[in-house]
Amino acid sequence: MTAKKIGIAILFIVGAGVACAETPVSLVAGYTAEAARATPGFVPSAERGQSLFTRKWGVSQTMPSCATCHSDQPTAEGKHVVTSKRIAPLSPAVNPERFANSAKVEKWFRRNCQEVVGRECSAAEKADFIQFVSKGGRV
Amino acid sequence: MKSLIAILLIALSSAALADGHKLAVPANPKWQTECGSCHMAYPPQLLTAENWRQMMKGLDRHYGANATLDAKENAEILAFLERYAARDQKYSANTLRISDTAWFQRKHREVSDSAWSHAKVKSRANCIACHVTAERGDWSEHSIRMPDGRRWE
Repeated sequence: MTAKKIGIAILFIVGAGVACAETPVSLVAGYTAEAARATPGFVPSAERGQSLFTRKWGVSQTMPSCATCHSDQPTAEGKHVVTSKRIAPLSPAVNPERFANSAKVEKWFRRNCQEVVGRECSAAEKADFIQFVSKGGRV
Repeated sequence: MKSLIAILLIALSSAALADGHKLAVPANPKWQTECGSCHMAYPPQLLTAENWRQMMKGLDRHYGANATLDAKENAEILAFLERYAARDQKYSANTLRISDTAWFQRKHREVSDSAWSHAKVKSRANCIACHVTAERGDWSEHSIRMPDGRRWE
């Protein structure tokens, strides 16, 4: 096998690894890069993430804020306000399944932002949000 | 003799189905994940195929929530629901709510208003409040625990 072939093989292995296993850090980096294109010098903020999380948006009567279902502590278990189903903690600090798959993350931002915020969330908001929950809800 | 045993077995198994004891379906992670995030993944046997088709067409307004899927996932899950859907109209409701089907109403006719409105129940969507083993596919009456802790006898 030539060095070139080995190089290509390594690229494939690394690429496959990236495709199926994101981390909260890599997701924040991706959304930060996207946000920085609109706002040069954008830096994600756990404080802004927290206010996004607890703000009562006034769009949905049953689900005024993220915290309505997810509890006001991202490390705590939540409860769906309509069905009472338990919701596993959002914070990857206590629940490693969270923010590990970009398709899943995008799906839930799309649904829940429309539901609670009344529109899609921006890349900046997503970066802030993940920054906040990754720190276990501390700002 | 063999055919008699076969008939008996069929009769027994359909009786069990009618009683809602056995609502298990083969493992389907996609259905489990997508239909089981906000509420438990309700057994496909509890609505008709026509009801499920309507349901999967309207996920953008799913009981007040946005539950949209991409087209491929939607089609895959619908095929699974249709495959195990009920055929009897007693499992059908215009509202597409399982709790509005004739079967559900009859099965729960003795449940008191106070049980339904109990803090541990709150919603008819919350099956596991009383059917505590339902997520394992066990809906038998013996496994029911009412919100006050009593058995259902």
